[in-house]
Amino acid sequence: MELALNQPAPLFKRLSWFDWLFAVIVASGGLFALSRFGDFMDPYEKGILLASIPALGVFGWFWKPFRTLFLVVGAISLFAISQYHGDLARMDQAFFLKYLISSQAAIMWMCALFGLATLTYWSGLLARSEFTMKTGSALTWSAVALGFIGLMVRWYESYLIGTDVGHIPVSNLYEVFVLFCLITAMLYLYYEARYQTRQMGAFVLLVISAAVGFILWYALDRDAQGIQPLVPALKSWWMKLHVPANFIGYGSFSISAMLGAAYLLARRGILASRLPSLEVIDDIMYKSIAIGFAFFTIATILGAMWAAEAWGGYWSWDPKETWALIVWLNYAAWLHIRLVKGLRGPMLAWWALGGLIVTTFAFLGVNMFLSGLHSYGTL
Amino acid sequence: MRFAISLLSILAVASIIGTVLKQSEPYNNYVIQFGPFWFEAYEKLGLYDVYHAAWFLVILTFLVVSTSVCIYRNAPNFAREMKSFREHVSEQSLNAFKHKHEAATTQAPEALAASAARYLEGQGYKVKHVAREDGVLLAAKAGSWNRVGYFLAHAAIVLICIGGLVDGNLVFKAQQLFGYKKIETRDIPQSQVPAISRLSPSNPSFRGSVQIPEGSSADVVFLNVADGYLVQDLPFTVALKQFRIEHYTTGQPKNFESDIELFDRSGKKIRSATLAVNHPLIQDGIAIYQASFADGGTRLSLRGWNLFAPTASSFTVEGAVHQNATLTGAAGDYTLEFIDFRPFNVEDMGGGDAATTRNAMSVLGGSSVSDKKHLRNVGPSFQYKLRDSRGQAREFSNYMLPLELDGRWYMMSGVRDAPNEAFRYLRMPLDAEGNIDTFMRLRGALLDPALRPEIAAAFARQALPQGERGGDLETKLTHSAEQVLSLFAQGGFQPLGKFIEEKVPAAEREKAAGTYLRILELAGFEALKIADREAKLPPPKADDATGWLVRDTLNSMSDMFVYGAPVYLQLMHYDEVKASGLQLTRSPGKNVVYFGSLLLTLGVFFMLFVRERRVWLLIKPGRALLAMSSAKHTIDFEKEFTQHAQALDSLTK
Ligand code: HEM
Repeated sequence: MELALNQPAPLFKRLSWFDWLFAVIVASGGLFALSRFGDFMDPYEKGILLASIPALGVFGWFWKPFRTLFLVVGAISLFAISQYHGDLARMDQAFFLKYLISSQAAIMWMCALFGLATLTYWSGLLARSEFTMKTGSALTWSAVALGFIGLMVRWYESYLIGTDVGHIPVSNLYEVFVLFCLITAMLYLYYEARYQTRQMGAFVLLVISAAVGFILWYALDRDAQGIQPLVPALKSWWMKLHVPANFIGYGSFSISAMLGAAYLLARRGILASRLPSLEVIDDIMYKSIAIGFAFFTIATILGAMWAAEAWGGYWSWDPKETWALIVWLNYAAWLHIRLVKGLRGPMLAWWALGGLIVTTFAFLGVNMFLSGLHSYGTL
Repeated sequence: MRFAISLLSILAVASIIGTVLKQSEPYNNYVIQFGPFWFEAYEKLGLYDVYHAAWFLVILTFLVVSTSVCIYRNAPNFAREMKSFREHVSEQSLNAFKHKHEAATTQAPEALAASAARYLEGQGYKVKHVAREDGVLLAAKAGSWNRVGYFLAHAAIVLICIGGLVDGNLVFKAQQLFGYKKIETRDIPQSQVPAISRLSPSNPSFRGSVQIPEGSSADVVFLNVADGYLVQDLPFTVALKQFRIEHYTTGQPKNFESDIELFDRSGKKIRSATLAVNHPLIQDGIAIYQASFADGGTRLSLRGWNLFAPTASSFTVEGAVHQNATLTGAAGDYTLEFIDFRPFNVEDMGGGDAATTRNAMSVLGGSSVSDKKHLRNVGPSFQYKLRDSRGQAREFSNYMLPLELDGRWYMMSGVRDAPNEAFRYLRMPLDAEGNIDTFMRLRGALLDPALRPEIAAAFARQALPQGERGGDLETKLTHSAEQVLSLFAQGGFQPLGKFIEEKVPAAEREKAAGTYLRILELAGFEALKIADREAKLPPPKADDATGWLVRDTLNSMSDMFVYGAPVYLQLMHYDEVKASGLQLTRSPGKNVVYFGSLLLTLGVFFMLFVRERRVWLLIKPGRALLAMSSAKHTIDFEKEFTQHAQALDSLTK
């Protein structure tokens, strides 16, 4: 107990050699990219690149497993890129690319691994087997790694199609669905480690599996995996900020909905002995809505700033914009009820679960049923 | 508080309406959609522009007022709490805390207080040391910024709403209410719009658009309001030199750019610049955006073909987009209204979907499944309406270049009766030289009653073997062929089908249809021979290509009867003039909104991620009492309390 009595050591003393190695690799990678490709970037893009160096570094210090993920994804992506020899056709010729780490192959592996992880978490939960659930975590980690590799390689592939076609892979529904799976899984993995409980994996992986189902349908039935050049409205550095911020929001809200479902089941005694206590479920549900709300706020503001540059006004009541506002108001009301009225329990769990419907409509429904200025991914 | 939650929910529900019902459409569309009764009811409710409707603004106002009141009420309390260490708590009330922990100690109170204060400060607390008559009280607090967050976030809501209202059309609404301004609904030249529907250049806030053809300029923009518009005078003139669309190699648009020049009111040039999507230009506090593009009056040279004339002669028509021309025909005059010209058309030339390609009228019409691999630029097209003397109009869209379908080439002309329909296509086959002249010649010959006996006779002679010619059979064949040709010339396959239905027993209809089709094809070939001879051309080759040409001509002629126009207009030359659609906005509220957004972000982070909590440690000789409180009890709070309790235990040892 002696430790608790002392002041926490200053941040820099708490860092290990691995933290420093990680920081050095992030910084040198970023600076290399800047020196090599800086000529093709506008000042804002350079700013984003430079700012992402400390952001990634500190994030890795804060959440240690991210360092390994980053290095593995980076190394394998670089290996994949080296296999192309600058020729897109190698995608179907080189062994590694064809079966493992071309963007499409990696994303399909990601889908398969998420599916497996879901089954594994569920069998672990039902059999009360800690080891099985650990396997579920490992599978989820691998899926995340492969998903990121898929996106990184896809980014590169888009430049192989044409230097003017190349763009960050967050520009259409297919790509953002992959991003959604990855962000949701990472947020979950963070809570899993933080709360030392793997049982909620079974629930959270359900919503990821649903997204995986959509990806597969979209790719196999609609042939949507092709890389398309950007329409002029999307050609902006704002996209790099606005879209990921939004998906941190969507991912968090989805997690909270699944936890709401777990909460409601456990309260009725279903799976109750297998799930963590209601307080823990409730706490994670709140935390994830808090994170989601914060990032959704930022994403909406960034969206408004982008709209002011692209459409001639920061707010046009475009359906997607309006639905973002609806989602935001929904969770603002949720937070008020919980924090101001101090309410807990099933009512908030139902509300969080219902929030998934609102969120899904904003995310997908708007694209399917309403038309507006937002130009990516009509279904 | 319940009120705040209800407000948030009501605002959310109200916002949904405007996303379900398409906003700010031309009022006519709504009348068609809802019928006159509901149209008016909805208009009264302001559903066509929900977000500017009075009731919506009232909800927003409520939100602003209620949030302000909320801040006003909470502010003094919260501010006091932030500063206060609550060092006046009594031992009794500390004992009543849910989170308390008592430890026995042998240390002197002052010494324990010093080490405990050091510990708490290390944990991020601000500590106040209060000497009491029987010992020492440490009052500590952390996370006061949570309260600051409350102020920031809620003040931000007020700021953002105010900024938004400044940029809204409140001023105009007030002017309209008192009759100072009126919406213009007539379709008249801009210069004739009266002052009551014009806004002065000093108008602080507006968002309007204007289309400028290349080589022209504009010094106003139009604001769409309800079912009309207002004219906003600008403090400068915008001239468009050139509008450009860059394309990717795949044909999708890559960039829209306008080269513009700005002149002040006296005609002096201020600057020239290039606008692009995502790259607006700001002049005199007015932001200029690339918003859209259109045709600016492209000049078109057309060749007209009379589809029902028994000859293959053509005439010329000159026109320009957005202008009208008159065509004189047998059935009276037609007005030709040129609507649009498109230099590029990226179409889905799908991989041979048999079901859709067989029917000539629906080949390209709105294919819903787009397999992007087959997208191709098929070249220019132009759109026009043909209005007959009774005022009825159909819309046409003709491609300039032929398209390849099923391995053969056709000229395509699309037609539709209403703007919400997909185009049905008439496809006219090309000859070996790549022209539609042969089609037109054969069409003329087949429609010409004077040639019919000769065609029928030639057909009958060719159809019979050498030995059987000249007999009864030949006469009968000639007669049948003449009848088939004449029926076909009246309306294509349809009268033939009707004829079969009336005259042939059901069991034999299919066979009869096959026979008639065969007769038509063979007679068609004879007709082509005759037509070529009359035109002093070498006779057609008797090969597959000619066979297809005849067959396609017959199909096309049959479609011609439902095409809906007596002429086909073929685009020969064009001289393109583009127009750029610009949006101009002045929004003084923007910076207020942005500042509010910054506060909102900071506020939300402080509120959600800074935990406010307090610790008291009352030290008396022999024992120490630890108590802890927070406005929000979470698992983290419990954990922290346990930690402090353990720390106290080891400190008191
Ligand atoms: C769009 C409008 C609003 C948004 C987005 C919003 C957002 C929030 C959020 C996120 C919290 C965080 C809870 C916390 O950590 O304490 C909060 C707290 C609070 N809100 Fe609002 N709010 C809005 C309007 C209002 C209104 C209209 C009222 C007043 C009737 C109000 C009263 C409060 C109060 C009293 C708190 C508790 C502060 C505390 O105890 O720390 N809010 N608000």
